[in-house]
Amino acid sequence: MQARIRRRYAQERNFRLMGLAALSIAIGFLLFLMATVIASGWTSFVQTRVLVPVTLSPERLGVTAEAVKADPALLRRANFQGVVSDSVEQAFRTDVGIVSDGAWLAVREAVEEDPGLIGQTTEMWLITTSNLDQLAKGRIDLEAGEADRPVSDAEVAVWRKLSAEGKLEKGLNGTFLTSADSVDPELAGIWGALKGSFLTLVVTLLISFPVGVLAAIYLEEFAAKNRWTDIIEVSINNLAAVPSIIFGLLGLAVFLNTLNMPRSAPIVGGLTLALMTLPVIVIASRAAIKAVPPSIRDAALGIGASRVQVVTHHVLPLALPGMLTGTILGMARALGETAPLLMIGMRAFLTSVPQGFTQPATALPVQIFIWSDNVSRGFVEKTSGAIIVLLVFLLTINSLAIYLRNRFEVRW
Amino acid sequence: MSVGLALAMLLLLGGGGYLLGRQRGVAFVASEGTSVGAVHSRPGYHGAFVAILALLPAAALLVAWALLGEGLIAREVLAGLPAGAVGPSELDREAFLSEVRGLVRGDYAAAFNPNAEAAAAAWKVAARRYGLVFGLGALALGAVGALWGWSRLTPQFRARTRVERMTMILLVVASLVAILTTFGIVASLVFESFRFFQMVSPVEFLFGTQWSPQTAIRADQVGSSGAFGAVPLFWGTVFIGAIIAMVVAIPLGLMTAIYLTQYAAPEFRKVAKPVLEVLAGVPTVVYGFFAALTVAPAVRDFAISIGISNASSESALAAGLVMGVMIIPFVSSMADDALTAVPRSMRDGSLAMGATPSETIRRVLIPAALPGIVGGVLLAVSRAIGETMIVVMAAGLAANLTLNPFDSVTTVTAQIVALLTGDQEFDSAKTLSAFALGLVLFLVTLALNIYALAVVKKYREAYD
Repeated sequence: MQARIRRRYAQERNFRLMGLAALSIAIGFLLFLMATVIASGWTSFVQTRVLVPVTLSPERLGVTAEAVKADPALLRRANFQGVVSDSVEQAFRTDVGIVSDGAWLAVREAVEEDPGLIGQTTEMWLITTSNLDQLAKGRIDLEAGEADRPVSDAEVAVWRKLSAEGKLEKGLNGTFLTSADSVDPELAGIWGALKGSFLTLVVTLLISFPVGVLAAIYLEEFAAKNRWTDIIEVSINNLAAVPSIIFGLLGLAVFLNTLNMPRSAPIVGGLTLALMTLPVIVIASRAAIKAVPPSIRDAALGIGASRVQVVTHHVLPLALPGMLTGTILGMARALGETAPLLMIGMRAFLTSVPQGFTQPATALPVQIFIWSDNVSRGFVEKTSGAIIVLLVFLLTINSLAIYLRNRFEVRW
Repeated sequence: MSVGLALAMLLLLGGGGYLLGRQRGVAFVASEGTSVGAVHSRPGYHGAFVAILALLPAAALLVAWALLGEGLIAREVLAGLPAGAVGPSELDREAFLSEVRGLVRGDYAAAFNPNAEAAAAAWKVAARRYGLVFGLGALALGAVGALWGWSRLTPQFRARTRVERMTMILLVVASLVAILTTFGIVASLVFESFRFFQMVSPVEFLFGTQWSPQTAIRADQVGSSGAFGAVPLFWGTVFIGAIIAMVVAIPLGLMTAIYLTQYAAPEFRKVAKPVLEVLAGVPTVVYGFFAALTVAPAVRDFAISIGISNASSESALAAGLVMGVMIIPFVSSMADDALTAVPRSMRDGSLAMGATPSETIRRVLIPAALPGIVGGVLLAVSRAIGETMIVVMAAGLAANLTLNPFDSVTTVTAQIVALLTGDQEFDSAKTLSAFALGLVLFLVTLALNIYALAVVKKYREAYD
C-alpha cells in the first residue's frame, strides 16, 4: 500500500515536471532565438571606418572651388569616385579593397557643406568594405584556411596593419538606418523597406479598420438571423483561417492581372493585407460589441434614441477600445507577413526609397527574406539587424495594444 | 488627376454640404421652436443628408473615372497614331500600351518603339484633359446634388430616417466585403486552375508522382518534360506540417497547457501566457531565417554524426521542428480553452475520490476535453500546412517522395512561391500550376477548418 502511494506520488511529480519542462522548452526556444538574432545582428548598427587623407585635386574632380561656389549643382557631375580611389591608392599602396564603393558619397557631402575643401588634402573617415568591416567586428574565423573563409590573407594583413596604426574606428551605422537596399552589404539599409512597410500598412489600416468595424456593427447589432447572415459569418470565420499565401494568389489574380494595378506597389500590398486582416478585425470588434451590456442599449432605446443612434452614441464609443486593440493586433500581424507580398512582386531589388503608394516598394519582412538568401557574411549580419528592428516594432505595437486594453478595459 | 486632389474635392463637397444643411437645420429650430414634433430631425441629420447627396454622385463619377479612365485615354491615344504603327493583334496593342504607360510614369528613360514617345506625349495631354473633364464634372454633380438636397429640407423633413437608411446600406455593403473576398478567392483559383487543367489532366496532377514544372521554351530542349504530378508535394506538406511539426507541437503544447491551467500559480501564469503570445507573434520569416541559419546546419551535423552520409542541409526535419515550435502556442491555447471548459465538478469529483492531480488530468480531464483538443490540433495542422516562409527558407525545392526526415522535401506553399516569383509568362502551365496547388491548399484547409470548428462547437455545447 505504502509502496503504491509512493509510486503514484512519484508519477505525479514526474507529470508535473514534464509540464514544466514543456513550458521551459517553449520559452527557452524563444530566448534562444532572440539571443541568436541579437548576437549576430547587433553589429549591423555599428560600422567600421578608415582614416584616409583625401586629396581633392580640382583636375581630377573636374571642377574648381570657385565654380562650385557659383553653381553647387556642378558637384553632382564631379568625379568623386576617381578622387577617392586615387587617395586610397596613394595612402595604402595595395590592391586590396579598403574603402567601400559608396564611400565617395560621404566625401561629396563634406564638399557640399564646405566647397573650400577642393584643392586641399583632408583626413576623412570613410566606410570600409564589408570584408574589412567583418574582420574588425571579429566575425571572421581566422583559424580557418584561406579557402574556407570569405576574406583573403592579403585582406587580413591589411586589416592587422590598419588597426595597429589606429586608422580604423567603429561608429554608429547611419547607413543601415537611412538607406535602401544595395548590392554591397556595407551600403545596404532598411529605410526603404521600412517606408515600404509603412505605406503598405497605411493602406491596410485605411481599408480594413472602417470596413471591419462597420461589418462587425452590422452583424452584431442589426443583422437578422437568416441564411445570408449565416453565409457572411461562415465566410468571415473561414477567411480568418485561410493561409496567407492564398490571399497573395488572390491579389495576383485580381489586383494585378485583372485590374492591371502596378506591380510591387504598396497600394496592392496594402489591399491584399487588408483583405487578410479584415476577418481579424471583424472578430475582435464583434467581441468588443458583445461585451457592451444590453442594459445600456435598453436605456438609450427607452429615452427615444433610434437604433442607429444607440449604436453611434453609446455602443460604438464603449466598444472602441476593444476594437482598436483588435485592429492593432491585426496590424502587427500584417507587419510581419511576407508570403502574400512575395506573390504580388514586392520582392524587387530596389536601391531607392519608395516615394508613393503606386511606386515599386518592398517591405521589412520581405527585405529580411531577400537578404537571408545572400550568403555573404555582411548580409547575414544585416538580416539579423533587420529582424531586430522588425521585432522591436512588433513588441512596441503589441505593448501598445496591451496598454490600451488595460487602460480602457471596462468591467461591467 | 491625383488621388489626393480627388479626396480633397470630396472632402470639400461633403464638408460644404454638411455645413449648409446643418445651418438650415439650425434655422428651422430657431423658427419653429424646440417643442416635440416641431422639427423632425436634429440639425446634424439635415447636414448629413445634404452631405450624402453631394458626395454620392461625385464619388460615383470619380470611381468611374478610376475604372474607365485608362481605357478611354488608351483608345484616344491609339486612334491618334499613324496607321500601322501598332500591330493588329490584342497582344501587340497591350505591349505597346504598357510601354507608353511606363514612359508616362517615368519607369523607362527611353522608348523602344519609335511611336511610343509621341504616344506618351499624347497620353499626357489626353490624361490631363479627361482628368479636367471628370474632375469638373464631379464637382458640378456634387454641387447639384447638394443644392437638390438642400432644397428638400423642411422642418417636417425626415432627414434622420433617410440618413439612417443610408447608414444601414453602408453597413450591409461593408459586411458583404467578406463574402466578396471569399468569392474572389474561389473564382480566381478555380478560373486559373481550370485553364491549367486544360493543359494537364487533373488525374495526372493529383496522382502523378513526378514533379518538374520546367516547361520547354523550345521543343528540343533537354530536361523539359514538364511533369506535373503533385503527389511528392502533397507528401512533403503532410510530412513537414502534419507529422514532424505535430510530433513536436502536440506533446509540448498539450503539456504546456496542462501545466499552465492545472499546476501553475496565477502569478506565474500571468507572466508565462504573454511570453507564449510573443512566441506566437514572431513573424514566420524570422522563424524561417532561424531554421535555415541555425537549426538546419545543426540537424545536418547531427545526421552526419549518426552516420547518415547523404543528409541534406535543407532537411524536412529542420523545417518541421521549427514549424512545430511555431505552432506550440497555438496548440497550447486551444488545449487551454478545452481544459478550462471541462466542468469543475468532474475534476473535483475525481480528486475527492483520492486520485492524484496527474491521474485526474489523464483519466478525467483529457478524455473529457478530447474533442476540443482534437479540434484544436486539426486547426493547428491546417495552419502548419498553409505556412509558407519556414518551408520556403528551410525546406528546399527538391520534390522527393521520401520517409527520411534528413532528406530534402518540398511543400505546396514552397512550390507556389517558387513558381510565381522570378520571370513568369502568365499563360504557361508552370505558372498556372501554382493556382491549381493553391486551390488544393485552399480546399484542404477549408475542410479542416470547417470540420474542426464543428467539433469544437459541438463539444462546447455538450458542457454548456
